[in-house]
Amino acid sequence: MSSSLFTPFLITLLVAGLTFLTRFLPFALFGGGKKVPAIIQALGELLPPAVMAILVVYCLRNVSIMTAPHGLPEFIAIGIVAILHIWKRNNLLSIGGGTVIYMVLVQMIF
Amino acid sequence: MTTKKEILKYAFIQTLPVLFGYVFMGIAFGILLEEAGYNFVWALFISLTVYSGSMQFVLIGLLGGGMGIISMIILTLSVQCRHIFYGLSFIEKFKAMGKRGWYMVFSLTDETYSLLCGMKIPEELNKKKVFFAVAVLDQSYWVLGCTIGGILGSFIGFDTTGIDFAMTALFVVIFIEQWYSFPSHIPAIIGICCGTAALIIFGANAFILPALIASVCLLLLLKNTIVKQDDCQEACE
Repeated sequence: MSSSLFTPFLITLLVAGLTFLTRFLPFALFGGGKKVPAIIQALGELLPPAVMAILVVYCLRNVSIMTAPHGLPEFIAIGIVAILHIWKRNNLLSIGGGTVIYMVLVQMIF
Repeated sequence: MTTKKEILKYAFIQTLPVLFGYVFMGIAFGILLEEAGYNFVWALFISLTVYSGSMQFVLIGLLGGGMGIISMIILTLSVQCRHIFYGLSFIEKFKAMGKRGWYMVFSLTDETYSLLCGMKIPEELNKKKVFFAVAVLDQSYWVLGCTIGGILGSFIGFDTTGIDFAMTALFVVIFIEQWYSFPSHIPAIIGICCGTAALIIFGANAFILPALIASVCLLLLLKNTIVKQDDCQEACE
């Protein structure tokens, strides 16, 4: 394996290992009927909405507000995803619809 | 005695909604991964080993290197920390499944978790075997979708510019779901503020770690207020 493939290979294994760790942790820590520490309980409950918000920002990190088209395609498409999702609560419809509209916006309009 | 066929049939019907969701999202993942320069063998490998929707999309951005290892570890743990809660409901059940229990732990995704929680398995079917069948079917849909996407991505005929927005849309959808499931919207608002502020201060390549650390600190500081607000709202409803 060449080195240009070795790094992504290792990164995948790292992410796979950490993902398994988060899935295995409750069994390792609390398999014996021990109580979950309050701080872990609280973070596990409160952190996910914050992380999702940060991931949305992460997806938009390279959008430039100052130069044309001022992030308009992104914000319009996000608005459409949100409206579709609040209206129908159907993941496929919201993600599929928003993506198609975004593709039309960046390919044909902006 | 029930046959394997009956168990598989029951599990298949239960997993149908996941079939559509996983194949569709898997295809989107495979195409994006192919666009990033990693062919369907990578899609197959990643969907077999990582097996996590949101994290796999984040992983595409990490594969090229460029992010420090500590940032990668903290990012992965933050995206995946919700899994801690899923496991808590199944400690005894998975333990009783022996070797297959290990696979159950590995494959406990958001979708599999919600199926396992919601199924009302008929008396005559072996519960452990149904659990295992559901977990295996779900992952096979995901692996199938990712691999198909990887293959499609290599000879797609139309202009795919902008298809990467599927990832943004996925996170927006999960965000909205979480917005609804928590009476207090403080954690979501903290995420938006910390994310945006860190992006402005630290720039596109270095903002994720400070954003996560700031969010954790703020959440711990405001923990009691948030919990109180939640309890209060629940009591009112």
